Amino acid sequence: MQRSNIYILVFSAVMTVLIGGAMSLTSVLLKPAQDKQVELDTKKKILGAVMDISTFDKPEEILNLYKARVKSVVVDIEGEIIATDDKGNPLIAEKVNAQKNHKIDREERLYPIYMILNELDPNVVEAYVFPMFGLGLWDWISGYVALESDLNTVKGVAFDHKGETPGLGARITEEKVRNRYKENKKIFSDAGNLESITMVKGEGITGLSMHEVDGLSGATITAKGVNKMLKEYLGCYQSFILNTRGLNGIAIN
Amino acid sequence: MSAEATVVEKELKVEKKSAEPFLSKRRKNIVTDPLSDDNPITIQVLGICSALAVTVKLEPTLVMSIAVVFVIVFANLIISLMRNLIPGRIRIIVQLAVVATLVTLVSEFLKAYSYDMYKVLGAYVGLIITNCIVMGRLEAFAMANKPYDSILDGLGSGFGYAWIILTVAFFRELLGSGSIFDFKIFEAIGWATFPTNGLMVDSIGAFVVLGILIWIQRSKSGYVEH
Repeated sequence: MQRSNIYILVFSAVMTVLIGGAMSLTSVLLKPAQDKQVELDTKKKILGAVMDISTFDKPEEILNLYKARVKSVVVDIEGEIIATDDKGNPLIAEKVNAQKNHKIDREERLYPIYMILNELDPNVVEAYVFPMFGLGLWDWISGYVALESDLNTVKGVAFDHKGETPGLGARITEEKVRNRYKENKKIFSDAGNLESITMVKGEGITGLSMHEVDGLSGATITAKGVNKMLKEYLGCYQSFILNTRGLNGIAIN
Repeated sequence: MSAEATVVEKELKVEKKSAEPFLSKRRKNIVTDPLSDDNPITIQVLGICSALAVTVKLEPTLVMSIAVVFVIVFANLIISLMRNLIPGRIRIIVQLAVVATLVTLVSEFLKAYSYDMYKVLGAYVGLIITNCIVMGRLEAFAMANKPYDSILDGLGSGFGYAWIILTVAFFRELLGSGSIFDFKIFEAIGWATFPTNGLMVDSIGAFVVLGILIWIQRSKSGYVEH
């Protein structure tokens, strides 16, 4: 049946208000639960980059473990610790929004670093976790790269993404792919130059160097994004890495 | 006198019609047809995109199935309730808005209560909006039928979609990862060296399995495309 234009306009307006209202209500009601999930997910990823946390079932266990074993700082591009933001409020590494931060000029960015402390002696840092951010094929990707206390050998990685294709680019989050970074890969060359780690093109490639990992078949652009992210951010963290190695008396070749 | 009689007769007729059994043969057919003879995937070849994408493992596939059944049933119900109010000229937009709202609800709930699943399914939950099965049922059925029948139709189409993608996922996970619901089945029966098939983990594996399913289904039902 043909309806008048007025009817159509009124109908659309009522629909819009109803649907918009329902959506905002849902969003507001679910926001706290979602924020909690995101926080848990972040902490899981930081811990997951250095240890196997699959044995933990309850969220509280992970949050407690995080509290006990992780110390975080924020540094600038020179590797100097920044304690407060522009307004004088204390900076919390976990609250630094990687996506917003990424858009700022690299000289101005905040660089959070998570130090995993020894279980028995909390003065000993077992590993350093460096968060990073970049672009995949469809949308952003992010990562946590953990280095051993020598600040050269990769201890583990954890990646996240917004919209990479499941089964292709999204495989960067799979354990199998992440484990490829654990095979004694190093970010510095023997001569002491920062080489980063490169995911090669193609899958099932053998004879890789200590700066290369096996690639993702069908997800070359995602892999390139990962490589670019690692190279860029390891470069940004380089000052901190070299300073800390100097302090800890690790030879800089 | 005779006029009164007709009115009484008419009332009787109406009563008789409304007393159609809760699950009459016609209604049973509404549910069962899409499960096999009029299956949305194997016969109508709708909703293939997500059927290929999310079927690597059974668990995300199950979540996806539940999400699609939820969206399709409620979209059918809502559209059917509003069917006499919806202006014909903007009906597609109205249908789309209803579907999009339901899909956003599912997505938000997953994000709040099953974050890992939310990440695995990613874009595909959002893509339920474009799942042709949902829009197809709204336009073809819910716009012209009563709410209860529409719910049945939604259930039929939803489960018709669900059992196919679950079957595809079953074979893909079994042959591709050697497990069922992440339970390493071959290791459990002492065949740890079972050669998993990388093709099954890839989207191509879904094409193969789905193709075989469609073949079996159509040779059984004798359906031929013209």
